[in-house]
Amino acid sequence: MSLARRIIACLDTDGARVVKGVKFEGLRDAGDPAALAARYDREGADEVVVLDVAAARDHRPTFVETIRRTAGELSIPLTAGGGIRTLADARAVVDAGADKVTVNTAAVRDPALLTELSDALGSQAVVLAIDALARAGRWEVCVRGGRQPAGLDAVDWAAEGAERGAGEILLTSIDRDGTQSGFACDLVAAVTGAVGVPVVASGGARAPEDFLRVFEDGRADAALAASTFHDGLLAIADVKAFLAARGLPVRQA
Amino acid sequence: MKVTLVDYGAGNLASVEQALRRLGAATERCATPEPLAAAEAVVLPGVGHFAALSAALDARGLRAPLAGAIRRGVPFLGICLGLQALWEGSDEAPAAPGLAVLPGRVAGLRAFPGGKLPHMGWNTVRRVAGRESRLLRGVPDGAFAYFAHSYAGPAGGDAVAVCDYGSTFAAAVERGNLAGVQFHPEKSGAVGATILGNFLGFAG
Repeated sequence: MSLARRIIACLDTDGARVVKGVKFEGLRDAGDPAALAARYDREGADEVVVLDVAAARDHRPTFVETIRRTAGELSIPLTAGGGIRTLADARAVVDAGADKVTVNTAAVRDPALLTELSDALGSQAVVLAIDALARAGRWEVCVRGGRQPAGLDAVDWAAEGAERGAGEILLTSIDRDGTQSGFACDLVAAVTGAVGVPVVASGGARAPEDFLRVFEDGRADAALAASTFHDGLLAIADVKAFLAARGLPVRQA
Repeated sequence: MKVTLVDYGAGNLASVEQALRRLGAATERCATPEPLAAAEAVVLPGVGHFAALSAALDARGLRAPLAGAIRRGVPFLGICLGLQALWEGSDEAPAAPGLAVLPGRVAGLRAFPGGKLPHMGWNTVRRVAGRESRLLRGVPDGAFAYFAHSYAGPAGGDAVAVCDYGSTFAAAVERGNLAGVQFHPEKSGAVGATILGNFLGFAG
């Protein structure tokens, strides 16, 4: 009756190679996206997200070839994002094998883009990525790779995005991203309480307990980690075994 | 044996193609009626809107050749929207006709407390008691598969497996040469590869 809680491995790339920054800065190289994606598939990830974190920064074109190569290695869903500004950008990565696309800065600039993408690709393929920064008891949306405040409340924006056609929210806490200090469960709970679409929690994963908390306290539908998995600090199978032992539905290969 | 993949301009053709090739199958894409006349096995993948699929089948002249291939007994696998197309129609687009090779209609899933729409993610595929399935051979009852949809076909009739999400709907259907799955085997890890392998097995 209930869906498995998803564990998602994220590959932050510069378009071609995997990088992972701490709080979106100080990017460092961590490998080939297609090879890492294949490893995560074998290790039991429920989904892989490949983001071009450089695209929003430098206005580079999307990384269609990386997506094509990565999709070729995967037997699980693939989400692609970073620098997607138009329906044509989205179609290019979908045609290359992505199942979903994330939009972030471009949707803030033009919220109608969400409806356009959803009408063309189906809402199940449209993920609104929100980078949120804690400020005075609320969370502010930041764009351009988390660098620029957008003047929007993250919870309100998530609700509006779902209303406009996003089928999922990828919610990153800028405060926790790369810090390995646990997910921002209060932020996640605020958003899951405000939208009727699945919410993927991102930023701060370190221990299996962090995943349990974000599923139980944050009521997240999925939880995502990048460096924690690639640096081998935590194995996906161990997270799932921990969650299963506590009664959460998870897919164990 | 070569698998003919129906290309109607939407859908996740590349994913299905890659999954079949990983299993050693030869594939061809088909966007015109002619290849269907000689097809040895047909896969209709799908993602998107029922109206778009129905319109595209007509615009490309694929409707009659597809129905003809099914009637001739060509092994056929519909995936997600490609399964939904086999019923008479869908609440998603009440005026758009399906292929009507299965009785009944596709209906919208309903949100329920804790149950969001679209139904997106890994859910369990429950075998229907007493129904043999060639497609699901070797797949344990209750195995997880990847779903991404808001509409689904009826659980009775030709369903060999169902899924529960608010209501109970058809997760896998088999009738003679005809098979379909509401989930995405090409995205369902080892379970999905087993199912696609079974299709290739009985198609070949």
